[in-house]
Amino acid sequence: MKCAPFRVELPSTVDEVVAALVEHGEDAKILAGGQSLIPMLAMRLARFDVLIDVHHVDGLASIQLDQNTIRIGSRVRQSEIERSDVIKRHLPVLAEATALIGHFQIRNRGTIGGSLVHADPAAEYPAVALALGATFEVTGPAGTRVIPAADFFLGYWTTALTDDEVLVAIHFPIPEGKRVGMTVKEVARRHGDFALAGAVASIGLDPSGAIVETAIALFSAADQPLRLTEMEAALTGHSPDSLDIPALSAAAAAGLAPGDDLHGSADFRRHLFRHLIADVAAEAITRAQEATNV
Amino acid sequence: MSEDVEVRLTVNGDGYRVRVEPRKTLVDALREDCNLTGTHIGCEHGVCGACTVLVDDRAVRSCLMFAYQAEGTSIRTIEGLADADGTLHPVQAAFREAHGLQCGFCTPGFVMSIVALLDENGAPTPQEVREGLSGNLCRCTGYQTILEAVDIAAATLRATSLEATR
Ligand SMILES: Cc1cc2nc3c(=O)[nH]c(=O)nc-3n(C[C@H](O)[C@H](O)[C@H](O)COP(=O)(O)OP(=O)(O)OC[C@H]3O[C@@H](n4cnc5c(N)ncnc54)[C@H](O)[C@@H]3O)c2cc1C
Ligand code: FES
Ligand code: FES
Repeated sequence: MKCAPFRVELPSTVDEVVAALVEHGEDAKILAGGQSLIPMLAMRLARFDVLIDVHHVDGLASIQLDQNTIRIGSRVRQSEIERSDVIKRHLPVLAEATALIGHFQIRNRGTIGGSLVHADPAAEYPAVALALGATFEVTGPAGTRVIPAADFFLGYWTTALTDDEVLVAIHFPIPEGKRVGMTVKEVARRHGDFALAGAVASIGLDPSGAIVETAIALFSAADQPLRLTEMEAALTGHSPDSLDIPALSAAAAAGLAPGDDLHGSADFRRHLFRHLIADVAAEAITRAQEATNV
Repeated sequence: MSEDVEVRLTVNGDGYRVRVEPRKTLVDALREDCNLTGTHIGCEHGVCGACTVLVDDRAVRSCLMFAYQAEGTSIRTIEGLADADGTLHPVQAAFREAHGLQCGFCTPGFVMSIVALLDENGAPTPQEVREGLSGNLCRCTGYQTILEAVDIAAATLRATSLEATR
């Protein structure tokens, strides 16, 4: 269980990271918190001649609050997100999702960018990014581009990032001044294990209490995080009291084709999703009704 | 191909200067280059927690960090807990009192995780303790005596900090 030999580069700017990626091509990989990459290197599932360690790159490790967005540098550690007052206040669902990731020892090293680029279909952050409509600030040889979460995740451990691009930051819109409720829930065999099934919901109400915006995203449901567009459409425009959320959730779960493995059969996972979807939808509505930031 | 790098480590207050390959994990450097074999290696891929140490007061898995990345940090391992005269740290004493170990293989990792946990939260709920220890595996005890040790250690640490503020 020892990594194959490699050389380390320690760039100090994003441009130097891109230059190193261009120079070494497929022989190089970015190293952030290492909590996914180092196990893969140790098990020799992967090997690279060069690791580009981003710990000394300026500007990747800050959390900034703008008017309607929070910009989180890709190298911000998961434990910093969990502790951040800005995030607890303006985007508590992100702190709640973080507490579900692995164990605190993992979160002390693991970064938000590493988790998003690793794009494990069972990971929490990709589904949260998808539900909240986050955008990804990415820099490559041609400059910087912005990728919406809906276009970022392409399949098992696969994203729209090209080999010579680096994720610089993630922008989360925040619902300031709106009645929006958000929540995340998952089922895992043991706290800290990857989820068997998980769901994120963000639901907004108008002054009359009717639902005006709905986003529900699932993790561990497919090869990438999944939006429940049909169920979202069924909720939007209606007053919560007029909706049969358990029935809508059952219908949504019946249409899923989750993994079927020794951790849980597809039927069992559909059963979990049916309840998780109903739970997150109901709780997001309650939180929106109780929202005090309006 | 991968040239050795010189790394300066501070472990339990002592300075070390080691030459290591970039691929050498922190736990291997602690054990082989600093001769501190108290930190154990179980799975070597982040699952078991046996290798837990504190880096700048935060608990991390030292098999999921390269030694070169610890340059300039302050590391605390199981060897740094007891007093110079051999008086055990309250977490160690609690393990002895509650029989929190059998073979002892997992113990250094558990003890370091618990030190970090209680440092952040002096009065954790049973649920918080279970979550906090979910990243450490033990194949012997069945965990109950370890949970008891956490309670005892938390009580001792609270009593000591109360005394210190008097
Ligand atoms: C025991 C254990 C339990 C875990 N449980 C969970 C869990 O329940 N949920 C969960 O979501 N995760 C879990 N993880 C994974 C953890 O969240 C990882 O930290 C995370 O997936 C990767 O982040 P990292 O910073 O460690 O990235 P690294 O491991 O350093 O990198 C991961 C990948 O991302 C790439 N990368 C990193 N940063 C950038 C960047 N800025 N630009 C471009 N590419 C980049 C790397 O090249 C690599 O391919 C667990 C890990 C362990 C060891
Ligand atoms: S040896 Fe590091 S977690 Fe198992
Ligand atoms: S005491 Fe033997 S593994 Fe825990």
